[in-house]
Amino acid sequence: MGYNQQKHIRHGIRRYVRVSAIALTMLMLLAPFPIRAEFGDVVFNKHSEKEGVRPVIFPHWFHRIRFQCKVCHSELGFKMRAGDNVVLMSDIIEGKFCGMCHNDNIAWGADRCDLCHTGRPGLQSGVIGGASTGGPGRW
Amino acid sequence: MGRTSREQRRVKPARRWSWVMAVAIAISAGLAWAGNWKPLAQDGLHDPSNTALNQLQNPAEALSKLPPDTAGNQVNWVKALEQGKINPRTNIYAGTKVKVLDKKEPPDVLMKNTAELSMVRFPHKQHSEFLDCSNCHEGLFKSKAGTTPGFNMFNILQGEFCGRCHGAVAFPLTECKRCHNEPRPVPGGAAKAR
Repeated sequence: MGYNQQKHIRHGIRRYVRVSAIALTMLMLLAPFPIRAEFGDVVFNKHSEKEGVRPVIFPHWFHRIRFQCKVCHSELGFKMRAGDNVVLMSDIIEGKFCGMCHNDNIAWGADRCDLCHTGRPGLQSGVIGGASTGGPGRW
Repeated sequence: MGRTSREQRRVKPARRWSWVMAVAIAISAGLAWAGNWKPLAQDGLHDPSNTALNQLQNPAEALSKLPPDTAGNQVNWVKALEQGKINPRTNIYAGTKVKVLDKKEPPDVLMKNTAELSMVRFPHKQHSEFLDCSNCHEGLFKSKAGTTPGFNMFNILQGEFCGRCHGAVAFPLTECKRCHNEPRPVPGGAAKAR
């Protein structure tokens, strides 16, 4: 193997190390940034953006301090799987789902759009934050 | 130019970049730690241009006062309830029957079929303090122990059974030992070292 060839290979290795270091560094720096939402936050966007409002973000942590799981998941009929609940504003205004409390009595009413429809445009529905289930490949 | 200086040149850049990587790892670890309980406007989920955001409570304000934990919301919710740090309502309808189970009836469920891992002791009490019986029975779980078909770790990791809540809203499935917490007794000796 000639000297020039060796030099060429070394140069290649060096460049490989440098490029992978840069890539890893960027990954490491970016990783914590994208979504740092709370564990158990749920995005509702099946209808929201189609209807011209922001997606809804439901914080489990906030509600859990005030209500046991059973209140919404047994009394109010929310199924325990993100995406299984079809929640329409018409139902809420009639006092179903969120509307059981969000009625200007226990909590703010359905006219306060911006307090629930708080999500960034383009969010996908689902449980966000922490290690949501969906298979080992997700971690 | 001697051979040694060529060698040095070959080593140096790699070493420099490994330093950069180490620093990056340290920074990102620091960010991940300091990043707990991000304000809503910075959590990547809420739209910062929504002027109503400042009327909502930020997680840190509420969660920093509750018993700490290392996973999920960084809050030990069971302890928070036991210690009276939170006092969540049990029902909205006046007629709803609220049932909390103590340890005697029905008892904790001991699941022995856990291969090499420790066995699982399922506490009915702590679960019934948050959930209604109907949340799990007879849908996710049969009431008779050992009769629920397909109840295994693979399905749990897919979000079924325990995984319906654990990993989504209750402590995540990376916390193996919180469930696999009962050492398997070995005949004629102390508990297995596993």
